[in-house]
Amino acid sequence: MSEPIVIAEASVPRLARGARLQFDQHRDRWIVQAPERLFVLDPIALEIVQRCDGAASVSAIVNELSGKYNAPRDVILRDVNALLQDFADKGVMTA
Amino acid sequence: MNQISPPLALLAELTHRCPLQCPYCSNPLNLERAGSELTTAEWQRAIDEAAAMGVLQIHFSGGEPTVRRDLEALIRHAHDAGLYTNLITAGVMLDAERIAALVAAGLDHVQLSFQDSEPNGGDRIGGFKGGHEKKLEVARLIRAAGLPLTLNLVVHRQNLHHLEDLIAMAVELDAHRMEIAHVQYYGWAFKNRAALMPTRAQLEAATATVTAARERLKGKVVIDYVVPDYYARRPKSCMGGWGRQFLNISPTGRVLPCHAAESVTTLSFDSVRQRPLGDIWKNSEAFNRYRGTEWMPEPCRSCDRREVDWGGCRCQAFAILGDAGATDPACGLSPFHDQLVRLAETDAAAEPPEFIYRRIGAA
Repeated sequence: MSEPIVIAEASVPRLARGARLQFDQHRDRWIVQAPERLFVLDPIALEIVQRCDGAASVSAIVNELSGKYNAPRDVILRDVNALLQDFADKGVMTA
Repeated sequence: MNQISPPLALLAELTHRCPLQCPYCSNPLNLERAGSELTTAEWQRAIDEAAAMGVLQIHFSGGEPTVRRDLEALIRHAHDAGLYTNLITAGVMLDAERIAALVAAGLDHVQLSFQDSEPNGGDRIGGFKGGHEKKLEVARLIRAAGLPLTLNLVVHRQNLHHLEDLIAMAVELDAHRMEIAHVQYYGWAFKNRAALMPTRAQLEAATATVTAARERLKGKVVIDYVVPDYYARRPKSCMGGWGRQFLNISPTGRVLPCHAAESVTTLSFDSVRQRPLGDIWKNSEAFNRYRGTEWMPEPCRSCDRREVDWGGCRCQAFAILGDAGATDPACGLSPFHDQLVRLAETDAAAEPPEFIYRRIGAA
């Protein structure tokens, strides 16, 4: 059995097998599809999830978003961690 | 009527053929024969129409969908149309080669059923000798192929004493998710209700077991839990509302708001053989009959939960009361709720009768 994933700054997140990011053109929104589940992404969640490519670390993602939105790093880090941990707990994200 | 949103998910029941004979099968009592099934080309056209109208997920089910030799072709077709593809299977006809072909076709996820945590119970409930051992082997092959796996665990009075073992089995098999679903009483399950209905005490013990397991396994395995609504206070939001999010195509092409809808014999359902899917969804009499809130009687009509549970389940209202337009008797506000609870308590208190196994002609 896989152990629970704990997201940290050094983690390199990616969508779990069976989870898929896609644009829902009929409803004009971004979604993550997973078994019997569908997560609708708001613009912030999309910014985060689309960077989870299995190459970038949480730290790198936070730096990039902090620069792009000219926002305090600790605030962005908290948001990114919260979203990724929630997705990891739901089996949608791995690291 | 407000604007009708497109459905999110399509349940494609490819066939009613199945090597198992589970007495709670969700298929109708009148099982369709192989010769009347939709052809590959008919399914492909239906899949295209579903994708074009905004469906995002397709669940290939049955019967046992792997009896169709064109399953790979249909999965590939759905995958190419951009749909998320899920296979709901009993597993006993799969081997490593077939699983590899399904993966190559673009399969995203598998739901594999188990009838019990051990061979005696599993083979007896499923009515298929050797089934349990075969399923264990297939679960490992599915994981070895890298596919995410959900175990479908239907629970009732004859296997609830193994609930802890079922959960442990799912963990041991490296499932990502398990669906622990108490039997819902339609079709074959309705016929076998007395053999399946747990007591309220059994239900409460099961719920406590699931709650504890969820806490213990958080972040490791997702557990979805479906309760038996005869003992509920409020009805389930069946299908998220009639004709709101979900549609089902039967093996012969009839388009249904849920897999049990053909039990409502006062309705007639259109076929993808005669009418485009999008037109059926939007304009057919059967879909519009119980869509939204306009059809509702009291106490639903003025209830502040009318857009939460959408009046509960139409099939249950029909099965118990003979009126698909009545408030689901699972709701404590239904004047017939006490009658439903008494049915459950009476069934659960008596010795369970023999199963009536699901097979053509047995009903």
